[in-house]
Amino acid sequence: MTLATAFFYLFSIVTIASAVMVISARNPVHSVLFLILAFVNAAGLFLLTGAEFLAMILVVVYVGAVAVLFLFVVMMLDVDFAELKQGFLQYLPIGMLVGLIVLVELITVIGVWSVAPQAALSTPTPGHMTNVEALGRVLYTQYVYLFQAAGFVLLTAMIGAIVLTLHHRPNVRRQNIAEQNARTRASAIEVKKVPSRAGV
Amino acid sequence: MELLLSILLIIVKSLAILVVGLVLIAYYILVDRKVWAAVQLRRGPNVVGPWGLWQSFADMIKFLVKEPIIPDGANKGVFLIAPLVTATLALAAWAVIPVNDGWAVANLNVGVLYIFAISSLGVYGIIMGGWASNSKYPFLAALRSAAQMVSYEVSIGFVIITVLLCAGSLNLNDIVRAQDTKLGLFGWYWLPLFPMFVIFFISALAETNRPPFDLVEAESELVAGFMVEYSASQYLLFMLGEYVAIVTMCALMTVLFFGGWLPPLNIAPFTWVPGVIWFVLKVSWFFFLFAMVKAFVPRYRYDQLMRLGWKVFLPISLVAVVVVAGVLQFVVHVGQ
Repeated sequence: MTLATAFFYLFSIVTIASAVMVISARNPVHSVLFLILAFVNAAGLFLLTGAEFLAMILVVVYVGAVAVLFLFVVMMLDVDFAELKQGFLQYLPIGMLVGLIVLVELITVIGVWSVAPQAALSTPTPGHMTNVEALGRVLYTQYVYLFQAAGFVLLTAMIGAIVLTLHHRPNVRRQNIAEQNARTRASAIEVKKVPSRAGV
Repeated sequence: MELLLSILLIIVKSLAILVVGLVLIAYYILVDRKVWAAVQLRRGPNVVGPWGLWQSFADMIKFLVKEPIIPDGANKGVFLIAPLVTATLALAAWAVIPVNDGWAVANLNVGVLYIFAISSLGVYGIIMGGWASNSKYPFLAALRSAAQMVSYEVSIGFVIITVLLCAGSLNLNDIVRAQDTKLGLFGWYWLPLFPMFVIFFISALAETNRPPFDLVEAESELVAGFMVEYSASQYLLFMLGEYVAIVTMCALMTVLFFGGWLPPLNIAPFTWVPGVIWFVLKVSWFFFLFAMVKAFVPRYRYDQLMRLGWKVFLPISLVAVVVVAGVLQFVVHVGQ
């Protein structure tokens, strides 16, 4: 148990430290790399609570796919953070207000959690089945419609993004793979009988 | 006391798999070069030791004693971390691979997901290295690799799902045990899921940046891709990570489709051989296939690569998930 506690503190400290670094690092690429470190350590925290499936999915989806795109965009854009930080004092009051609201909300959440200890107790890993099985049973029976609805929202967003960025320009020579594969020897070459000393 | 003992056991197990694995990989690199040479009617490395057997070790020592050069314009921290990330992540995947019944450093219930997660992180080493080098070719290679690895992961994920549906577990040990039928070699998943097996093999080539999908380090266009600015031990770590990732993919194919440690037939002379030997033989077979593909397939063009991933493999594997699930639901379960 002491080992688990030690690892809990290790993961939490690294998570918090890297989260701080995300907003304080001067180089935007470093920020994203620290964000990834925070994700990985959050996955470690999930592992410690026994939610191994969530931990792995967090790594696969957020670290393996979403953060790659972040990194991609940040590297390409070449954002100058020093310039963005010019108006720091100007936005400070609004930022502090938002921070305060979030802090109050967090305190309420933690307060409620300690007031109702059975809430924390009712979300353990079921002993007789694995994590994946338990999640699958809930997701595909009780919440199947919500699950499908979430899927449709994502699908719509994806189609929307494609429609917004897809332009079919004219005057562009495109490859038609099926046409290329369907070419035969007969349609591709023509054998000509060339009489000698006469040319084609 | 017990805690200490269990920690010690984990350390011993990890060291064992690391040492054996790294020595094996040194020889796999030699095999790769030898096979490539044989296809091109060359001799390959044959000078260091008998038949060139010490070649990989000589290369390693050379890399270690050379001077590591860090370019002036490079982002030093990220530049040095990138090869470490690649090598560490590649080695970390071996923690859950069962080389025999129950012989894994960690018997995770989500073993397949763990390997999938680790291999999806592999792209970071390349992106970080490419960006931190602060040079044109590495950066282009990093962009290419990010797009390539993310695209092929999708189809690999769906192929793995079809295997999971058949085995009914995410534990790699259970997946191998599910293939243990009376049919022996014909009961392994390569036969019922043959199209998926082919897709997985090709996607594994793309995921590990092997030819014909080695656009990340296409020497005719990008010099040496993201590794241009690297030298000495950093370069060694990149190469090591790459080969370890390839052998991991071979091991994953062995476990998912070729019955892991199981003998090909459940009769006397085959069952005498220990499971580890079968496992290594199968992994070596897949590595030989990887080497042969490298030897005689020309490189893909980048748009063809993307087309293959998104327009061919993704639809086929998506349909396959539905078909396999349907067959399992309506044929196998009703039959019971």
